[in-house]
Order: sequence, then C-alpha cells, then structure tokens
Amino acid sequence: MADNGVNKGRRRLLLGATTVVGAVGAVGVAVPFVASWQPSARARAAGAPVTADVSKLEPGQRMTVEWRGRPVWVVRRTPDMMERTENFDPSRLADPDSEEPQQPSYVTGPLRSIKPEIGVLIGICTHLGCSPLFRPEPNAEGVGTDDWPGGFFCPCHGSRFDLAGRVFRNVPAPTNLEVPPYRFESDSVIVVGEDEEAA
Amino acid sequence: MKKQLFALLFALVPFTAMAAGGESVPYSMTPDLHDKASLQRGMKLFVNYCMGCHSLEHQRFARAAEDLDIPQELVEENLIFSSDLAYNDQMGNAMSTDDGESWFGAPPPDLTLEARLRGTDWIYSYLLTFYRDPERPNGVNNEVFDLVAMPNVLEPLQGVQEKVCAETDRPVHGAELDPLTGKYQSCEVLQVTQPGSMEPEEFEEAVYDLTNFLAYVGEPTKLHAQALGPKVLIFIFIFGVLAYLLKREYWRDIH
Amino acid sequence: MGNPNRVKAESGFMRWVDDRFPATQMWQEHLSKYYAPKNFNVWYFFGSLALLVLVNQILTGVWLTMSYNPSAEGAFASVEYIMRDVEWGWLIRYMHSTGASAFFVVVYLHMFRGLLYGSYKAPRELVWIFGMAIYLALMAEAFMGYLLPWGQMSYWGAQVIISLFSAIPAIGPDLAQWVRGDYLISGITLNRFFALHVVALPIVILALVVLHLIALHEVGSNNPDGIDIKDKKDETGKPIDGIPFHPYYTVKDVFGVAVFLFVFCAVVFYFPEGGGYFIEKPNFEPANPLKTPDHIAPVWYFTPFYAILRAINFSLFGLDAKFLGVVFMGAAIAVLFVLPWLDRSRVNSMRYKGWMSKVMLALFAISFVILGVLGVLPATDGRTVLAQICTAIYFAFFLLMPFYTRMENTKPVPERVTG
Repeated sequence: MADNGVNKGRRRLLLGATTVVGAVGAVGVAVPFVASWQPSARARAAGAPVTADVSKLEPGQRMTVEWRGRPVWVVRRTPDMMERTENFDPSRLADPDSEEPQQPSYVTGPLRSIKPEIGVLIGICTHLGCSPLFRPEPNAEGVGTDDWPGGFFCPCHGSRFDLAGRVFRNVPAPTNLEVPPYRFESDSVIVVGEDEEAA
Repeated sequence: MKKQLFALLFALVPFTAMAAGGESVPYSMTPDLHDKASLQRGMKLFVNYCMGCHSLEHQRFARAAEDLDIPQELVEENLIFSSDLAYNDQMGNAMSTDDGESWFGAPPPDLTLEARLRGTDWIYSYLLTFYRDPERPNGVNNEVFDLVAMPNVLEPLQGVQEKVCAETDRPVHGAELDPLTGKYQSCEVLQVTQPGSMEPEEFEEAVYDLTNFLAYVGEPTKLHAQALGPKVLIFIFIFGVLAYLLKREYWRDIH
Repeated sequence: MGNPNRVKAESGFMRWVDDRFPATQMWQEHLSKYYAPKNFNVWYFFGSLALLVLVNQILTGVWLTMSYNPSAEGAFASVEYIMRDVEWGWLIRYMHSTGASAFFVVVYLHMFRGLLYGSYKAPRELVWIFGMAIYLALMAEAFMGYLLPWGQMSYWGAQVIISLFSAIPAIGPDLAQWVRGDYLISGITLNRFFALHVVALPIVILALVVLHLIALHEVGSNNPDGIDIKDKKDETGKPIDGIPFHPYYTVKDVFGVAVFLFVFCAVVFYFPEGGGYFIEKPNFEPANPLKTPDHIAPVWYFTPFYAILRAINFSLFGLDAKFLGVVFMGAAIAVLFVLPWLDRSRVNSMRYKGWMSKVMLALFAISFVILGVLGVLPATDGRTVLAQICTAIYFAFFLLMPFYTRMENTKPVPERVTG
C-alpha cells in the first residue's frame, strides 16, 4: 500500500472517466422514471378532443360538454344577446379587448368566438375555480348589479362575466373566462380541444 | 444401481420441455414484428373476423395504428365498426359476457395476451386445424383444442376442412411411417374438401398474419425493447471496461 | 462540541456536521478504514450485488405502486395498463419482475459462499442469523408480491401456499381463513398482501440489512481461508492482510456491478419472461377462482422447498403426510438458522476441511438443485423417490454435520491469507 510507483495521472483519468460514464448511466436510468410521470395513454385518451353537436342548441340556450374533466359551455347567442354584449360599456369590464392570453389567437372581437353566435367558454371561474351560473336575461336578479347585460355570475365570491366571458371590474376574478382551443368540423359540429387548422 | 440413477435423472428431462412452453402442436410459426404489412393485414382480419366476439381490452386502436403505421382516418373508417368506440379507445367488443355465455357456453376470452398465454404456435395451429365433425353441436372440432366451442369463423376463407384417409408428409398421431414413400398413411388427415375464397397457401398466410398481429398485441413494446437493448448493453460494456481498468489500477497497491 | 470521542474532520463544513452527526466516523468505520481481507474472490461480489438489487426493487416498486390498482377487479388490468399505457412502464415492470429473480440468484450464491468458507462460524453467528432472517423476509416478500399481478398463477400459487397453514392440526383451517380474510383468496387477501409487500416487509428487510451490516462490521469479514486477519497486525494496528474497503473493494464491486447489470439488462430487454420461469405463462390469464391451471409450479426460487413438501407422501408418528410435508419444509428452512452450532470443525473454510465435509457440501448443493428442478415438474412416482433421496441428503448435510465435521482430519491452516 505504499505510494511508490503509483501513476497518479492515470488513476485520476480512470477515476474521472468511470465517474462520468457512471453519472451518464445514472441519468439514463432516471429518464424512464421521470418520463413515466407524463400523462399515460389512458390520460391522453381521456383528455382527447371532444365533439359537440350544436344543431339542436336553440338560440339563447347553453349546453355543457366535458373536456379534460372541466365543463365547457357552448352558448348559441341571440342577436339581442350579441348586441347587448357588444354595446356594453367597456369601462365596466376589466379586460374588454381580451388582451390577457385567455383565448386562442384565432378567437377575436368583443364576442370572443369564431362565429359570433356560438360562444365556447371553459365554465370555471378564474377566481378560485367555482363554476359560475348562467344568467342570460338582462337585469336578472341576484347578480348584485342593476345594469346587467346577461352573462355568468359566480355564486362563490360574486364574480361577474358578460356573455362573452369578459370579467367585470371590481370583482374577485382577475381575468376573463378561458376560451378552449376549438374548431368547427362542420357548420353544426364543433371539436373542443383541437386548434383551428392553420389556414 | 447405476441404471436406477439414470432412470432418476431421466425424470428431469421434461424440465427443458416445460421451459419451452408445454404441449406440442402440429404447426409452428415465427412472428416477425418488423413486417408491418403482415401486421396490418392481421389487424384487418382480426377486426373483421374475431372482434365480433373477442375483445383486445388492453390494446388501444391508437397504439396499434401508431405502431403499425396506419393513418388515423383509415383506422376510423375501416377498422372501427362500433359507434361506441373511438380512436383512442381500447379494442373492446359489443358482446356482453352473458350473451357469450349463453351462445357458446363460455364467454369468448379476451385475446390481448393470448399469444403470451398459449404461444403463437398454438394460435397458428388452432386456426389451421378446425375440421367438420357432425357429432359436435356446432358441427366443428379442432385438433389442438378438442371439443372446441368456437365455430370456425374463417371457414368462408379456408373452405370446409374434413378428416380424410390420405397420405401426408407430416407425422400424424398413431400413424405408421411408410418407409418406401416416406409418408404417413392415416385417416386423420385434414384436407380441404370444399374450397373457400382462399387457396390453402393464401389461407396459411392469412392465419400467419393474424397470429403475427396477436403476437404484436401481446407485447407491443417488444420491438422498442429490442431496439433499446443493444444500446444499453454496449453502454454497460464500456462502463465495465473502465471499471475494470480502474480496479486494476487501484489494486496495483496490493501486494 | 458534540461527542469528543468521535473521529472528526479538522475544520470546515464537515467539522460542523461531525459535531452534530458522526459522518466522518461512520465513513471511516464502514468504508475507508474498514479493513477487509485482501483475498476476496469472485464469491464475494454477491453481497454488494444483493444490495444493488434491493435498491432496484424499492425504486421500481415505488414507481409501480403509482399506477397499480390493488383490487380484484382492477389488479390484472392495471398491470397491463403499466405495461402499455404508462410511459416506460414496461421497462420499470420488467426491472421489478426480473429483479425478483435476480435477488434470489445473488442471495443463493451469497449464502453458498457462507457455507463454503464457514462465514457463519463464531464470531459471525449473528451475521448469519440476520442474513437468514433477511432470506425469510425475502421469501415472504416475494410470495406476497407474486399475488399482486392477479394472474392465474398468482392466484393458485397463493392458494396452495396458504393452504399449507390449514395442514396445522386443530387451528389450521381457521388460521388459513384468517390469513386470507375471506373464505377464498379474494380482493381482501390481495389488499393485505399489497400492504405487506409494499410497506411492512420492505421496512423489515431494510432494518435487517442494517443489522446484518452492523454485525458484520463489528466482527469483520471472513475470507476464503477462513482465518482472522486481525490476528496479525502491523505497528499501527492495521491488519497486515487487510485493505481498506474503500477504495479497493468499492472499485472492485463497481466492476462486479457492471458485469451483473450486463446480464440483468440482457434479461430485461430480451428475455423478460425468463423462459417462463420469471413470469409464468398462466399468469397472462386473469385469476379465476373456478378454474385451476393444468400445472401449478411455484416460481423457481421456491421450488426446492416445494419439492421437499411434495416428497413427503407418508405418515409418521401419527402425523399425516400433508402436515408432515409442511413440517419438513419448515424444518428445511429452520435448520439453516442453527447452522453455526452444527459445524464443529476446527477450521472455517472448506479449503482446509476434510473430505467428508467436501463430499457432503457437494451432495447438498446437487440435491438442492435437483430439488429445485423437481419442484417445477409435475410429480410422478419416480420423481417423488428422487425428491425423497434429495430431501434425505439435504437434511443429512445439516444433521450429520456435528459428527463429520468433528471426526474428519483437517488440513493445517496457514498463518496468513493465501492468494
């Protein structure tokens, strides 16, 4: 065990090489363990896009479909509803022009939709995750304001949104309701969870 | 005494046979998971002829489509028949367990793991050796699965197969080898007596494809494992060489 | 600050730690100043490899529980879910199933090393007994783990083993029912086996491993010559034939790990079923309480004891064959615990023992392997006779040991370790 004749350089080199290769191996072993926390095929299947047939949705009505475990509302807005929403006083809204990234890029305008009459929104309040109530009629009761254009009212903490999901000022919810990615497969069928073809 | 010892040791011989997977069957096949065309044909046969009764409850359409290079639209149009099933779903079937029980006496088993349970040789032989047997309630029997409850669903392809007296190249149970012709004479020979839509060779290929598909379904990760294996082993080998050199270097100290 | 009797770093961060936790002391005691004999041969790789496999089992096992569903309805499907839907699940599952067999391979070789060089003899009796306790816990762990995939072999294997309890006179049937928690093996049994397999037994095994190592490092490692290296020390008090475990045996063991991993990965990637011995074919069919598979064989690592169980087909002293078989099987394991007191030889290592010990060990090893093979095969009359002969040799090896080890002439033991 005397130090005589020890080639320290060679020893250090081999020690370094073995350590590096061993460390690479350890990272390699970690890869499957880390990757196995990704959504599994079952989770991906459950989170796959869902289709909704809106042909039977009457004007002024709302339907709910489930996508990735969350309610997605589809509302067929009447001309009156659209007008009330578009002409609503923007100073009462926190983000009237939808500048926060709460919608896909192809969803534009005050109505926040691809087709003006069909609104698609994720029905989860952006405050603390309750599902707001549908109060489409103007000046509905129990929404805590007199000048109500029709919209969504969250019973948990009193947040208010208009029929395009735009949030009012001075309510707890910080941002507009989220619009999921969606596209029209045909005039009456929408696919929630898939982006509009880049065209 | 020595003889007895040998007899005792011979008692151990079937050990290797056990490892190979049990009873012997008349035909054998070697799955080729690289043959995507065969697997695609096998999948088509499976959904057309088997999936009415048998499910693949652990196998997703989407997974098969990805692994076998079948475009999603093709799968949705040609391979998914039930409106209840979607592309991402498992390959279930419409028949309820109760229906299966009342129609066949036992529910048709799920076939996801059949190739790993019974082996591909067995499936291949089973599908090839249905024959007409008027004594059976459904009119058919099978060489490797005696008193089978399943009808011969592939009969339109294969034609009617019957047991006839004939010469054959293959050993037949209980038949003597004719030393002159090198063939076996037996009345247990399976022969197609009314042709189906396929020639016998064609049919054997179809059954090969179907069995190959079931081999894939049994272990869809197998190709992935075999592709990754060499890389891992080479890496460990390099690590081993370095570790050995390091060990030898340190052990120079020890006298 | 702290305990002044400890070895401590001079200064810096390690000093801060050493004042609060004996890190340097432990490092030296167990690695850098743990003096191991310099003449370890290839048999001495298997201890560290067992530790490696243990880590593999715990790591892959924890990951498997993340996706496994311990219910009679969902267990089988959840294993296939892991194999197919979970990213890399197939690899983690095969590492675990192959690891189970690898564990027993290395443990059996590790135990045989002990027999070969007398590693169980004084003062290492407790090392051996802790080791045997690990082996026992490992068998329970493996048995309960095998039920979890809820395949046919899982189910019927468990059925057979649990039925062994019912062979015990008077309380047997009630005991078996208590173990099952039901009138048959059901989801209730599965749930308790799951709890024991993933929580209770791993804790027991880890604790026993710590005890095994503490006991070993207290008395020092044996070696192929079976002599005590602490008898010959240099002027600084270090054993002349001892070398620090670290770095010499750590680098050597790293090489052993590489060789082991090569074989292990070859199995995982190419032969995960181990030819039907690591994952048995009937286990690809979900458990069905109404239909027994044609042939039930335990997993290979249990088969020697299973063969002993089946070899007992006669009654003795008014005990029926079923109970007697259980007694013999239990005794076959229990006798290992008292081994340190059966060996009366003046020497430790087989190298210096007489011819009788060598012949008996060879016969024992051959019998054990034959029993293992017989346990996989269906029983026939011829095989039962062979199993009875091998069982007799198995017990003769232990029970005659006090006599042949004392009677035989031993060779002189060298002063210093050889090669």
